[in-house]
Amino acid sequence: MSTAETYYDRKGLLQTLGRDGLIQIILILNTIVMLGPLVIMFFAAFKTNAQIFQSPFSFPDFTNVTNIVKIWTQTNFLRYLLNSVIVTGSSIVIILTLGTMAAYAIARYRFRGSGFVLMFFVAGLTLPLKLAIIPLFILMRDLGILNTQLSLIVIYVAMGLPTTVFIMTGFIRTLPNELEDAARMDGASEPRIMWSVMLPLVRPALVISGIQNLVPIWNDFFFPLIFIQKDNLKTLPQGLTTFMGEYTTDWGVLFAGLMLSSAPVIIIYIILSRQFINGMTAGAVK
Amino acid sequence: MHGSPLLARRLWITALIVPPLAFVALFVVYPIISAFAYAFFQWHGLARGEFVGFANFYKVLFTQPYADWTVNAFLNNVLVFFALMVLQNGVGFLLAYFLWRELPGAAFHRVAVFLPVVLSTIIVGFLWKLFLHPLFGVVNISLRGTGLGSLAQPWLGQEGTALWALIIANAWHMVGFPTLVFLAGMQRIPGEILDAVRMETESEWVKISKIVWPLVAPSATIVFTLLFVGSFNWFELPYIMAGVDGSPHKATDVLGLYFYRTAFGDQSGSGQDFGAGSALAVLIFMFIAVVAGFITFRLRAREIQI
Repeated sequence: MSTAETYYDRKGLLQTLGRDGLIQIILILNTIVMLGPLVIMFFAAFKTNAQIFQSPFSFPDFTNVTNIVKIWTQTNFLRYLLNSVIVTGSSIVIILTLGTMAAYAIARYRFRGSGFVLMFFVAGLTLPLKLAIIPLFILMRDLGILNTQLSLIVIYVAMGLPTTVFIMTGFIRTLPNELEDAARMDGASEPRIMWSVMLPLVRPALVISGIQNLVPIWNDFFFPLIFIQKDNLKTLPQGLTTFMGEYTTDWGVLFAGLMLSSAPVIIIYIILSRQFINGMTAGAVK
Repeated sequence: MHGSPLLARRLWITALIVPPLAFVALFVVYPIISAFAYAFFQWHGLARGEFVGFANFYKVLFTQPYADWTVNAFLNNVLVFFALMVLQNGVGFLLAYFLWRELPGAAFHRVAVFLPVVLSTIIVGFLWKLFLHPLFGVVNISLRGTGLGSLAQPWLGQEGTALWALIIANAWHMVGFPTLVFLAGMQRIPGEILDAVRMETESEWVKISKIVWPLVAPSATIVFTLLFVGSFNWFELPYIMAGVDGSPHKATDVLGLYFYRTAFGDQSGSGQDFGAGSALAVLIFMFIAVVAGFITFRLRAREIQI
């Protein structure tokens, strides 16, 4: 008996259509609420102050790119963008490398204390590192890396490792033993087995972990706020606060700044929405 | 076989484990342990002074003006948590239930509801700050344009509305997260169970309360716990929309802002105190750990294994 049959038989087509229609209307309204503010922002980026204040919902003249040119030429926007790319990119490469190393050892070898090592990482999952900002600030100062991008990279790696180890361990455990055993019989060394036999198989989990780390690191504001003072080292969210403060009366420029700052992540999200959703809910859906 | 394979393997495992372990030890475990230790010392700027026992805790809990600030910020966090429980997790559950129907366009709605989640809180904060501007913001312009001009007000400038404006901006930003976590939970409910329910009853309410809600309990445990931790760590959105002092008149002051201000100084840069700041951090940390542990424990108990 198919689901659809029982469903329609019992309720009558009209009633079902009415209910589904109502649900559809609610979903459409919700989507308008979700996307509307971003559309208004996008339009306003091409408008003058007067246009924004008089007709915030109207279509702009998309050839008027004065605001965007201003952001491009008169602010440090490109520098901030580049800094964000450097910091986020390096952090993710290191997280995935170290995370895979630990997860591989925990998942594929039996050794004394492996349970403890996993527990050690998992404990880090739940600790809000923000509250340790005072010792972290002093630690960075003592290491002499305050006001450098290294301070951000190390904190993001430390923040990202627990979940990454957790997810990668779970995934690497599910890999079959046969390939590994066959390679071992052929006399391959352990590093060789890991690199050429097993690692190619963990790519899907690397993508999930990479995305899961990408969004919080790219968007982070708190750690740069504490660690970075030099304008040339600021990341995008932090730099945004700088030029939002400078152009307070020029609303077109403000919206253009918000639009340009959100564009990279929105574009990648639209292309890879399934991976983003899977990655960002990966810790919560299991 | 060459050399000692056992030793080689042990070295190999050590090489894999030690670097990541050292990283977490140095940048997560050590700072958190230090945070507890620092709270028991007096601080002169960035230099640690003498051991003072519980004096810092006494200061932030029982001496004025700290005591009032602590209570005020804490109560605001409590309000934020319960409001978001309804506006974010409650709405998210309903949206998930609707999306679960897989009506035409559901895939698009799903992508749309999650879009704000990927944006930086800084962008969301500034965007809503501009929208809520008393004169030029799109919210008041729309109210005036539709004849509801009497409702137009300085949303972020009044004590009665400022915190709620922040709560709504946060709900808009994050509602997609619980939605998709709940949706994933619903999609795991076995089809046979649903078919059986449909034979028994036509009431959506019975279906939700007796079947769907109990069966998505694991998702609920996670989003409730994450919301709790997130609400009591709330910092970026109020920092951007209301400022570090929690204006107006501390109506939007929350523990995150208050802790930051105490540790690193307020708008004017004065009042910087690592001792009192560390004491606050420890109190917030303990509170979050105890309550989050309790929530998880209680909610886990009602989860059913399918």
